Amino acid sequence: MKNYDIVIIGGGPAGLAAAVSAKRNGIDSILILERDKELGGILNQCIHNGFGLHMFREELTGPEYAQRFIDQVNALGIAYCLNTMVMDISHEKVVTAMNRTDGLLEIRAKAVILAMGCRERSRGALNIPGYRPAGIYSAGTAQRLVNMEGLMPGREIVILGSGDIGLIMARRMTLEGAKVKVVAELMPYSGGLKRNIVQCLDDYGIPLKLSHTVVDINGKERIESVTLAEVDATGKPVPGTEEEYSCDTLLLSVGLIPENELSSGMGVQLNNVTSGPDVNESLETNIEGVFACGNVLHVHDLVDFVSEEAKTAGKNAAAYVKGERSAGGGREIRLKPMDGVRYTVPISIDTARMSEDLTVRFRVGAVFRDCYVSAYFDGERAVHTKRRIMAPGEMEEIRLTKEQLLKYPDLKAITVKIEEA
Amino acid sequence: MYDVIIIGAGVSGAASARELSRYKAKICVLEKEEDVCCGTSKANSGIVHAGYDAAPGSLKAMLNVRGNEMMEQLSKDLDFLFQRTGSLVICPDEEGMPGLQKLYDRGLANGVKGLKILTREEISAMEPNITDDVYAALYAPSAGIVCPFGMNIALAENAYMNGVEFRFNTEVQDIRKTEKGYEIHTGQGVFHTKCVVNAAGVYADKFHNMVSKKKIRITPRRGEYCLLDKNAGKHISRTVFSLPGKYGKGVLVTPTVHGNLLIGPTAVDIRDKEGTNTTREGLDEVISKAGQSVKNLPMRQVITSFAGLRAHESGAEFIIGEAEDAERFIDCAGIESPGLTSCPAIGEMVAEVLKEKLRLEKKEDFIATRKGILDPNTLAKKERDELIRQESAYGNIICRCEMITEGEILDAIRRPLGARSLDGIKRRTRAGMGRCQSGFCSPKTMEILARELNVSMSDITKSGGNSRLVAGFTKDLL
Repeated sequence: MKNYDIVIIGGGPAGLAAAVSAKRNGIDSILILERDKELGGILNQCIHNGFGLHMFREELTGPEYAQRFIDQVNALGIAYCLNTMVMDISHEKVVTAMNRTDGLLEIRAKAVILAMGCRERSRGALNIPGYRPAGIYSAGTAQRLVNMEGLMPGREIVILGSGDIGLIMARRMTLEGAKVKVVAELMPYSGGLKRNIVQCLDDYGIPLKLSHTVVDINGKERIESVTLAEVDATGKPVPGTEEEYSCDTLLLSVGLIPENELSSGMGVQLNNVTSGPDVNESLETNIEGVFACGNVLHVHDLVDFVSEEAKTAGKNAAAYVKGERSAGGGREIRLKPMDGVRYTVPISIDTARMSEDLTVRFRVGAVFRDCYVSAYFDGERAVHTKRRIMAPGEMEEIRLTKEQLLKYPDLKAITVKIEEA
Repeated sequence: MYDVIIIGAGVSGAASARELSRYKAKICVLEKEEDVCCGTSKANSGIVHAGYDAAPGSLKAMLNVRGNEMMEQLSKDLDFLFQRTGSLVICPDEEGMPGLQKLYDRGLANGVKGLKILTREEISAMEPNITDDVYAALYAPSAGIVCPFGMNIALAENAYMNGVEFRFNTEVQDIRKTEKGYEIHTGQGVFHTKCVVNAAGVYADKFHNMVSKKKIRITPRRGEYCLLDKNAGKHISRTVFSLPGKYGKGVLVTPTVHGNLLIGPTAVDIRDKEGTNTTREGLDEVISKAGQSVKNLPMRQVITSFAGLRAHESGAEFIIGEAEDAERFIDCAGIESPGLTSCPAIGEMVAEVLKEKLRLEKKEDFIATRKGILDPNTLAKKERDELIRQESAYGNIICRCEMITEGEILDAIRRPLGARSLDGIKRRTRAGMGRCQSGFCSPKTMEILARELNVSMSDITKSGGNSRLVAGFTKDLL
């Protein structure tokens, strides 16, 4: 059995930033466990630019962004294992992992940082009817095939879902010479960032059909066509609106799901909305000393915010290991999402443990224009910020300060909601 | 000249081949697809029925009960997954009781052991997630669940080990009677044989009708299913059927041998013998009907849906034996439910007929057992560690959802009748069968296949034929 102060599960952007932060906060005994053959996670296949605008005030590609953190990990001498799959984490923080050279490894950790990322929702999860031929890929799988393996999934493409990876792949496939015929989106609004709609679809004349979905997949061996139909307000296809698109490939960009099988295996409590762990102000789960950050906690749009969140997790894990954390036991304030706010991260704040200021991240459930984000401290409205537009595809945040919370000594709950002007 | 040519490498064909391989005979299986288990055998409920459904005296009843009895030993001999979990037929109200009693009586007449009619209290103690609208249930402890792929592949591999030839991508186009037997015309040439076993599933009528004037008709009866994540696998622990009643014929809810939850099937007669597509109506029906017998089904956990075609013969009975007006042409037709359960007994029956016809002698060196692909999850930590030290590929996880290693995938490709496609690997190892549905592992599995088969990535298929996974290389189109 090996021993480390902090074991970080996943060497993608969240794991890397958490490691750097933990090290800078005084922890030397850190191990990153990465299942792929290199550090960097999903950024390695994101060869487009647009990363790092917030973090570095520069426009980097995914691999460049990852490299900045990999360089820091190396410079700081942080240990990592590649090609290593974590099989199990016990409630007592014993990590069982496996690779070709070491066989089965058992590692006891004082603190664990969960940074496993997310996976793509599959066709099956949507229950799209039709045949099951070759040529149906999730957008991320197609991205890996094109950008890392140099393979073309197909030549005539239909994309279902306007998540960011789908939009990025619409552009990539076009640049590689394929014909992207249409992007269909079930919702009446796009699931991706506005800038991606403009730069990946509009710039290439690719039509986006909102309130449309795939109702049939045709072709027995290789996909030959898909049938799209318009959907009504409840998401049900409207008879008579079917349109057939011949294609040899269907890409799905229909949502990401945090990968928390290891977390739930060790007893971490998960949130029904995010499918990520419920965490407190320290990004700590219900198991003491187990922290979470990045897409395993909740799906982000921008890696910059993943890095920022992971930095907080790393710092808090370091404080936990060093025993420098306040005993806590201050008042526990619950955060309650309401009226258009789907969830908040964190879900609770212990004022004794919170830092001077705290970012509360959340997503909205629909498109809101000229509305306010409000936070009610029990009955009293304490935050009221105007937003020109908010959409489910873009993560929102509000900042709370310790000073502000201490003004309300009996505060029990903070309700975060959207209010009309 | 072959002694026997078997058309079809599904469970009936493979079971017949395996039983026949006990004898000194030259046997060949012709299969139109690229692998075994590509038709009805791969898309069904995976249930080992107890045997109370079919009318006493019918072949279905007899072979079901016999197949059920054989299953446990066969699963040990050939190393495939089978669990005797038991089943319940749910009766929603008092009006249904005569129907339930009829099943019970039939079961007794068919020789099914251990049948019991349970009260509502007994049922909810056994299965807390059964619907509250339950009046009584028929409990059959001898029912079970099996891995249909595992069984089919095991039977075929064992037959191969015992000298049976398998020819894939070989579609039978015509069968002609000759003086000594039959001439079988295929896309890959002409084969001569003394006897034919027609185990062609939904196409069995086509081949039967080529040689016999007594026509049969097989209707593809489509059944759609939804498969739920392993997180939902413990929702119930036995197969739950609904008594046909006021809502029509119900669908079943069952755990699978791999720990998933399966719901379905629908039953719709169609014309297209390749019509394995799912439909909106079908999937909606599965979901709504499953909820009638089992409550709180976690439908958000659906990971895939699929459809299979039952080979329904108009007489609703298995047709097994020599065709009346075509000597040495042995039908194995109309093999719908309980076909999977019955197949070990079907194999026995077919072999028995041919043994008489050809006066076959037993082999002395018949190999009765076969080892499946090693599942490292069944090993103790120390043994697993040792395995990785001997063969490092077992330390490399390829499919992270099902935790399948490169070692298992290599075994699937390298063993007799090995996998040649992504689906072939999936059926043998479960790589790609988990919650991400091969999103993460397919590029890696494709790479292993290309390396092992020494072909280009652009030649790798999902399931043979034209099911190529990629269209070429980047920059090809520029």
